[in-house]
Amino acid sequence: MRTPFLIRLGRSFDARSWQLVGLFAAFALVAVPIMHLVLPPEHPLHLSTYFITLTGKILCYAIVAVAMDLIWGYGGILSLGHGLFFALGGYAFGMYLMRQIGRDGSYQSELPDFMVFLDWKELPWFWAGSDSFLWVALLVLVVPALIAFVFGYFAFRSRIKGVYFSIITQALTYAAMLLFFRNETGFGGNNGFTDFKRILGYSITAPETRVVLFGLSALALIGTLLLARYLVTSKYGRVLTAIRDAESRVMFIGYNPLWYKLFVWTLSAMLCAIAGALYVPQVGIINPSEMSVANSIEIAIWVAVGGRGTLIGPVIGAFIVNLAKSWFTVSFPEYWLFFLGTLFIVATLYLPQGVVGLWFKLRAGFRREGGELAPTTRGAGA
Amino acid sequence: MRTIGLLLCGWLLSASCLAAIDPALLKPLASEDSDTKIAAIAALAQAAPEEALPVLKALADNSLALAGERVVIVDGARALDAASNTEIKPAPVAAEPIGINNRVRRELSAALAALRLFSGERAVRWQAAQEVTLSADAKMLPLLDKALAAETDPEIKTRLQLAHAQASLGSTDAGVRLDAVRTLGDSSDPRVRQLLIPLTEKRGDQWFEPDSAVRAAAGTSIRSIEQRLAWADNLGRAFTGLSLGSILLLAALGLAITYGVMGVINMAHGELLMVGAYSAWAMQSVFRAYLPGALDWYLLAAIPVGFLAAALVGVLMERLVIRHLYGRPLETLLATWGISLFLMQVARTLFGAQNVEVANPVWMAGGIELLPNLMLPWNRIIIVGFSIAVLAAMWAILNLTRLGMFVRAVTQNRPMAGCVGVPTGRVDTLAFGLGAGIAGLGGVALSQIANVGPDMGTGYIVDSFMVVVLGGVGQLAGAVWAALGLGVFTKFLEGWTGAVVAKIVVLVFIIIFIQKRPQGLFALKGRFVES
Repeated sequence: MRTPFLIRLGRSFDARSWQLVGLFAAFALVAVPIMHLVLPPEHPLHLSTYFITLTGKILCYAIVAVAMDLIWGYGGILSLGHGLFFALGGYAFGMYLMRQIGRDGSYQSELPDFMVFLDWKELPWFWAGSDSFLWVALLVLVVPALIAFVFGYFAFRSRIKGVYFSIITQALTYAAMLLFFRNETGFGGNNGFTDFKRILGYSITAPETRVVLFGLSALALIGTLLLARYLVTSKYGRVLTAIRDAESRVMFIGYNPLWYKLFVWTLSAMLCAIAGALYVPQVGIINPSEMSVANSIEIAIWVAVGGRGTLIGPVIGAFIVNLAKSWFTVSFPEYWLFFLGTLFIVATLYLPQGVVGLWFKLRAGFRREGGELAPTTRGAGA
Repeated sequence: MRTIGLLLCGWLLSASCLAAIDPALLKPLASEDSDTKIAAIAALAQAAPEEALPVLKALADNSLALAGERVVIVDGARALDAASNTEIKPAPVAAEPIGINNRVRRELSAALAALRLFSGERAVRWQAAQEVTLSADAKMLPLLDKALAAETDPEIKTRLQLAHAQASLGSTDAGVRLDAVRTLGDSSDPRVRQLLIPLTEKRGDQWFEPDSAVRAAAGTSIRSIEQRLAWADNLGRAFTGLSLGSILLLAALGLAITYGVMGVINMAHGELLMVGAYSAWAMQSVFRAYLPGALDWYLLAAIPVGFLAAALVGVLMERLVIRHLYGRPLETLLATWGISLFLMQVARTLFGAQNVEVANPVWMAGGIELLPNLMLPWNRIIIVGFSIAVLAAMWAILNLTRLGMFVRAVTQNRPMAGCVGVPTGRVDTLAFGLGAGIAGLGGVALSQIANVGPDMGTGYIVDSFMVVVLGGVGQLAGAVWAALGLGVFTKFLEGWTGAVVAKIVVLVFIIIFIQKRPQGLFALKGRFVES
């Protein structure tokens, strides 16, 4: 008899991990709102708006990192096109936010400002229904999933893999970026969407809205982690890891890698899209540069720095890299690229398992000194 | 108009050419009335084309003056008699400059252009013939007739016949117009088409051209011009496509080697192009500072410098980073991306975030004008030639040298090559250096047609990958066909859809193509076992 789902889910984490998850949820959903809304600004424990938006943003990035880790760390597929799915989710939700502006734009028109500017008289067909939150929420999930599914189906069916796959995902996101840069595409061209006013009728800049969005991002991250953990500990996860390590052998045993890869690829794209949809209202802008080649590669470095093939690693990596980024770009803007470049090289040369792997190694070292046997670190091949 | 006609008749009757100009012809130039002045200019031009030139030039330069009854050319302190072109001594005291307004100036410049048709130098006549074609009208006909009779150069003659036909369009005689329209049909100048189009159109209820035969002929002529124009357009597109393709080829050749030999995607390849381009800039600066006389030849020095600089960077990259990631292609991709960020920032720190200015040497300026609307610029022609030379050199290295043999062996089967004694490690380094050096050469070429700045590499990286992916791994022929095909295809698409859509279509096409032929256009034949 199969074990019930909830029990299997419960067992996929050990007790300490569950405690950590609970602690994080309590912090994000209870402590942060209190520290931001209730405590006065001069209180030492007060959290500034800057902190909330920055952390909220990084939480979204962390979801993307976990999604990336699912396909790269566990599936062995390096996508250089995840920025596309992130941006698509953002654009889909941005459409709703643009409609929520209503007549408060600079041109006081029902149409978004950029359409008035282009002298369009009515909404293009793909904007139909964009004033409904539910429809847009559906779009956020379905559009990237559909694109990922179709692209992945053809790519995996032709057994494109390794660097070839990376390169054509890069071409895909590059083509999409060029497309979105065009004004005629109907997504605001160069400037994208910005100047949002409301979300579900609430002011988007209100502290309460920010806290809610922050909480939602935290919940989404927790949900992503639980789902990912459940997947990689399930039988499906085992087959996926096997495909990563020796695809031909798995095929010879009788599995068809196509559906395994396609599932994780599509799921990963959807997770990215959710992150993008949460990201846009918090940051207040979405434009085609989110699809740039560089952005997508940066996602890979979050995962690499944190540690591939572990689930907490990418979250840590996303925080390390992005905190460093916001610190560098303010304090030493000219050194940021040096730092990032070095990080890429060092992480791949010396930290094949990321900081999480480093931590395990160090701990193993201590234990060995204490006379215990070192636990073998989990392998995560190329 | 009528005055010009009358004066013209007077000239035709007076028959002989004068060594000196009749002062009576000069006198009206000083008139207060613009019409009289214009008439005088025309008369002068008809009467004595050779002698009138200095006078009219002086008029255009505002150095013609009236001293009493005599028209003089003021040249600094000296004064020349306009009629005989001899110096007057002593110089007249009170010379009143002859001023001209814009209308007169326009007529004057047309007359000057027409006069230059009689110049002794071919280049001047060619230039003048081109100018005249633009502004020819009926009153120039006699002058054009005369120039045509005197002209011996066939090229200029054709041009003049065109101008003549254009001028005859204004004739009142339908037969003359018909001939003119037919002659104009031989042109391949878009401006002539513009000229003919009104003849086939209606103004209100009235045909612009009353004679139906002329109208029909105009229609035929327009069609034949358009055909020729379209042909030239396509030729031009094919050429720009070829030149884009050769740039892509230069960018992709190096990539094809490194990918072929080591299975490594070098994301810093674009920055190697940048290194080459900056070397061209550096050589330009060095020549400007130390060898200003030979500045035009800095590019020749930049070729080896660009190759060596990029090759050095490549060898360092291979030794310090890529070597340690052997067998982990995805990580190599990320590490080389890091290197590319690093190099970009180094360029920004050393040379500033702005683009630097790299000038074309004089011998690369200009171009060959095949047709009026088809100009092949020298810098692009030279780049096409250069990439052919690089390709030939590369072919020679790969096929005729020992290193090339090793490189091919390692590409085909690394462990087996190692077993028979090929030093695979050293081959890797050399192949990487070679690939990087070729990228440097590409950068030198790029510096001549594109902006040189820290970000220049990123623009080419996706394109050159597409070439490699399309062409197939480790295949020179594949890279060549893919680069040229992509270049020409892109340029033709751009003609229909615009640059951005063309780029998107090409990328989507490649993505679909790869689904069908994952090994590229030219797959290595053999039974490969995938890892």
